[in-house]
Amino acid sequence: MPLDDYEPVIGLEVHTQLDTKSKIFCSCSTRFGCEPNQNTCPTCMGMPGSLPVLNEEALRLGIKVGLALNCKISERLKFDRKNYFYPDLPKAYQISQFDMPVNGPGWLMIELKGADGGLVERKIRVHRAHLEEDAGKLLHEGIEGASLVDFNRAGVPLLEIVSEPDLRSPEEAYAYLTALKAILQYLEVSDCNMEEGSLRCDANVSIRKKGETKLGTKAEVKNLNSFKAVQKAIQYEIERQAAMLDNGERVVQETRLWNDDKGQTFLMRSKEEAHDYRYFPEPDLVPFTLSAETVEAIRKTLPELPAARAARLAKNYGLSAYDAAVLVQEKPLANYFEDCLKSKANPKMVSNWIQSELLALLNLNKLTIENSPVKAEALAGLIALIENNTINGKIAKDVLPLMFETGKPAGEIVKEKGWVQVTDTKFIEEIADGVIEANPKSVTDFRAGKNQALGFLVGQVMKASQGKANPKLANEILVKKLQPQ
Amino acid sequence: MHQLTLKQALEEVRKDGGSALIKALSARVSSLNPKLNAFLRFDPAVSVVRGEGKGPLQGLPISIKDNICIQGLETTCASKILKGHRPPYNATAVERLKNAGAVIFGQCNMDEFAFGSSCETSAYGVCRNPWDTERVPGGSSGGSAAAVASDMTLAALGSDTGGSIRQPAAFCGVVGLKPTYGRVSRYGLIAFGSSFDQIGPITKTVEDAALLMNVLAGHDEKDSTASSEPVPDYTKSLVRDVKGLRIGLPQEYFVEGMDPEVEKSVRQAAEVFKKLGAEIKSVSLPNTSQAVAVYYIVAVAEASSNLGRFDGVRFGIRASEQSLKDLYFETRDEGFGAEAKRRILLGTFVLSAGYYDAYYRQGQKVRTLIRDDFSRAFKDVDVILSATAPTPPFKIGEKLSDPLAMYLSDILTIPANLAGVPAMSLPCGFTSSGLPVGMQLMARPFDEPALFRAAYAFEQETQVYKKKPKL
Repeated sequence: MPLDDYEPVIGLEVHTQLDTKSKIFCSCSTRFGCEPNQNTCPTCMGMPGSLPVLNEEALRLGIKVGLALNCKISERLKFDRKNYFYPDLPKAYQISQFDMPVNGPGWLMIELKGADGGLVERKIRVHRAHLEEDAGKLLHEGIEGASLVDFNRAGVPLLEIVSEPDLRSPEEAYAYLTALKAILQYLEVSDCNMEEGSLRCDANVSIRKKGETKLGTKAEVKNLNSFKAVQKAIQYEIERQAAMLDNGERVVQETRLWNDDKGQTFLMRSKEEAHDYRYFPEPDLVPFTLSAETVEAIRKTLPELPAARAARLAKNYGLSAYDAAVLVQEKPLANYFEDCLKSKANPKMVSNWIQSELLALLNLNKLTIENSPVKAEALAGLIALIENNTINGKIAKDVLPLMFETGKPAGEIVKEKGWVQVTDTKFIEEIADGVIEANPKSVTDFRAGKNQALGFLVGQVMKASQGKANPKLANEILVKKLQPQ
Repeated sequence: MHQLTLKQALEEVRKDGGSALIKALSARVSSLNPKLNAFLRFDPAVSVVRGEGKGPLQGLPISIKDNICIQGLETTCASKILKGHRPPYNATAVERLKNAGAVIFGQCNMDEFAFGSSCETSAYGVCRNPWDTERVPGGSSGGSAAAVASDMTLAALGSDTGGSIRQPAAFCGVVGLKPTYGRVSRYGLIAFGSSFDQIGPITKTVEDAALLMNVLAGHDEKDSTASSEPVPDYTKSLVRDVKGLRIGLPQEYFVEGMDPEVEKSVRQAAEVFKKLGAEIKSVSLPNTSQAVAVYYIVAVAEASSNLGRFDGVRFGIRASEQSLKDLYFETRDEGFGAEAKRRILLGTFVLSAGYYDAYYRQGQKVRTLIRDDFSRAFKDVDVILSATAPTPPFKIGEKLSDPLAMYLSDILTIPANLAGVPAMSLPCGFTSSGLPVGMQLMARPFDEPALFRAAYAFEQETQVYKKKPKL
């Protein structure tokens, strides 16, 4: 059966590190990159007799995310123990939330490129988002035949955001992650750094024949450490499972690992080996009630979120929905855009310049918008030079890389290079005369009604002026000169 | 000098800073402990250095059950698995004693991880009852109770999950108080059943228990189950007046198989209260018969989880195995004794998928019913009176091979832990063969003052506490 006859059903589990100063159940620092076991105490090491105490800031940040994801916030809060043995889990149980997550059902809007190039919105339901503590980390290098444990991460607060199986393609999964990451960054609850483990994702993938409503058997894919890996692993799973079904085999429920180098998933454990976590209420943390006032007070701290910002940008500045969506995806990018506008630059031009030229330069140099050598004010300065006809757009495209390289303002570069646009009619007329003389065939073509010939002639004028001629003026002068006399 | 109560010793210490007292007690430990094995570790040098703070317990030696963490001193829960473990911090209770000026005076024997009612499951040898060394001192705080009863120490801390302070106090003829759940911080108490465990005092007199509670009770920001309810001055309840106090006798607590001498002692105690002006009423706690079963479901479920951390990775002993799985298996096989293994298996079973609803969830529901029984009863009475244990101390080895018979020795103490209410055991008499009998008083949550008032009146009236074991 062709791949198109199957419908993938995808759900994502995203673990995000909440950006608190101290751990979720003790006062140890959460700082990344410290010496192994530097950030530990009896509690996060699970020493006998130690007890957890909830960090209220972690709870507050968790609720913030829940509110942004339109979740139902639980009135009654409790924690549970998830029991299993592993050397990086100090207490042999993880304190998590089992049947009463702080954030109940909610939803998140994702945007996909439609067939007509416009944007299509899809609502993806969020099943729950609960608080839990992270485990430590095993280090297998250094000592022959031994493993070392670093508990710095043990007890770092995590929020596990579980989607419903509403995603239907690797692209949708990618869009979901992008939208989620944008929200987390807007809320300033997580730095979402995947390399440092502040954002981690597992994917549940199954397929079924199109038109069927019953869910197929799923595989859970772990070890996905980039958005691209998520997309690729899902695609791989769809194809693997489709091939199995085509061969008359049955897909079995299992946990698989993604190997990014090989571009394949591998069996980690089958359903039979699945853990029995023996969940039960954590007796060391007393259940408590969350008042409506507390939740409302947290709601009041929510900033403008990406969707609202995109709508505002589109409406206020006449941007297309697509452009607005691209700009708001990363909060610093949207901030940059709005900073440019402070200098009264034309919003559409700013948007175009950011999205085509600036982002390309940043990508090429592996820089982010936050450490762009060209600051918002400088980009606005460049655009101002175009708008007041000092340079034309073509020259500007040469100016930007130099600004990027030298950090100098646009005006200075244009002056140094002598790239000031020429609006001197006489000067352009002289060049136009030369161009007309040198290109008799194009002149004839134009006069015969072939309008493309004019474009060529304008180009020649630009070339002869080393790009400095005002293209609009060149056009006008040529037309005038080529009129039958 | 070793026979002093805490209160009397306070005066003694004022004279010379307490060095004579500590010397006398140390000598007594040296001569008696080999016989009783009440102390697991005792180092007078260490003890004397401690206790620098100035406070209400200045210079007074207090012994600590071996499941309460003392910074830098080996703390093992009487288990092989924690051999050599030196906690890097003090339990809050220890910290408070030290701040009050107390001298930490040795660590007491106990049932391994507090699993037992006889002090026979200690990995470091059984502890013996000072009244009859062929008999058990009760458990699991048997070491603490025996040390106090034999005048080797002035007072001790115990911990009580299902009766582990009260039952050994009864068996050894001393006073033991299990405070309201949350009244004393559990921080640093190596957990058995987290929703049941409480640290409490084991003392020679009711007054001494009040003195210790004044220091131990109160909120602790390190323990979110520790209550922030204000702490009264418990010594103010020592008024020797029970006029108008309503005391309930729960009909379900006078169970079949109860020792007739124990029952007689408790009924006589009720008569004493009546004579002193208290009102004696019959009350009913209808779900009592379920208590032991529920306790051995919920408490062992918590215990199985609490003991997961003893895996050989970070502290205690570690088997010299190469693979991770073998490391876990061998460390835990070598490190835990039979009773610990039994409870871990039982707890793992009742929590496992497919059995959770039938056992753990059901157990929690019955726990609520038992709690409701107490709320109802405390509408009619202020204090509930019963025996502490259904029998006097039994012989060493008598119940060891029959876990169910052993579990039943906590039948009268377990309900207070299930309900979280405060309960005290104090001596109320002796059997014809000279073994101590303890009675139990229970009160509303945080109404320890009612317990002190009733217990003090009884103690002062009868003076039972003055009788000492012949050693």
